[in-house]
Amino acid sequence: MASSSSYNSPCAACKFLRRKCMPGCIFAPYFPPEEPQKFANVHKIFGASNVTKLLNELLPHQREDAVNSLAYEAEARVRDPVYGCVGAISFLQRQVQRLQKELDAANADLIRFACNEIPTALPAPPGVSSIQPMAPRQRPVEFSRRMGNEGDAFYQPSAYSHPYILPWSDNPSGDTNDGGGEGNNM
Amino acid sequence: MSNSTRCAACKSLRRRCPQDCILAPYFPSNNPQRFLWVHKIFGASNITKMLQQLPVELRGQAADCMVMEAYSRVQNPVYGSVGIIHQLQQEIIEAQKEIIKIQGEIAFYSAQFQHQHLQQSQINAEQQHQDSFFSDFKS
Repeated sequence: MASSSSYNSPCAACKFLRRKCMPGCIFAPYFPPEEPQKFANVHKIFGASNVTKLLNELLPHQREDAVNSLAYEAEARVRDPVYGCVGAISFLQRQVQRLQKELDAANADLIRFACNEIPTALPAPPGVSSIQPMAPRQRPVEFSRRMGNEGDAFYQPSAYSHPYILPWSDNPSGDTNDGGGEGNNM
Repeated sequence: MSNSTRCAACKSLRRRCPQDCILAPYFPSNNPQRFLWVHKIFGASNITKMLQQLPVELRGQAADCMVMEAYSRVQNPVYGSVGIIHQLQQEIIEAQKEIIKIQGEIAFYSAQFQHQHLQQSQINAEQQHQDSFFSDFKS
């Protein structure tokens, strides 16, 4: 059997595709023979030629992350053929919303304590300075729910008018032609 | 669907759009970009295979999710939807940290308030004791 560029057995991709693993095989660095399932999933969902095209459009130092994220998405879609990794996005979005409410409630409590609960008419006991109420706390973190985040190395801003549109929101797309979601452009 | 009203998929693939085209309900001709995204990332035959394996009532949602994933990957060829997942996870961590910080500040204020309240009670008790002593003394 021909060796991969690493001399050893063919990479998982060439093994799966039953072809010679040539030196310089684009898949070999990212699909080691010990992880056959990784390529099997990626091949099932995206197809080898699509993955090749995607990798060829990237710089070499970006390819490993790209392959790993493709493998993650492919596995998610194999496990959940309807929602894929969008199911995880939905779950995390709900967590963010819940924490946002919790944060708002905590902020409100803090403002109440800082501004109302500390009696300002009390004489200052000796040796203890009087407590100055804190300025009402601004929302400490704006949890941007945009897909993009300027300056973030991970991804570019999106053209979505409604970020993270979940297709199964109030209007299930079913067989309608509007692409699902609420007012999205997809 | 006749040739004159081909779905976006069949138009893009330059083929006849049959009456029972599996892709037609989810890739209407008025939104060609939707199909272009999924075709670029998944490929037409993969999408067709994936949809065929699903019950009809779930195909719409599956198509929409695939469109979303494909769009994410077009926007971010390195991380795709995984970039969004990472961002959300970071937001969750930041929110949790912030909540803990605020709870700490609330606990601080609460302790301060109780301390002041206790001191005031002690002052009041002493005052009452003195008042009662002087009134006994006068009488």
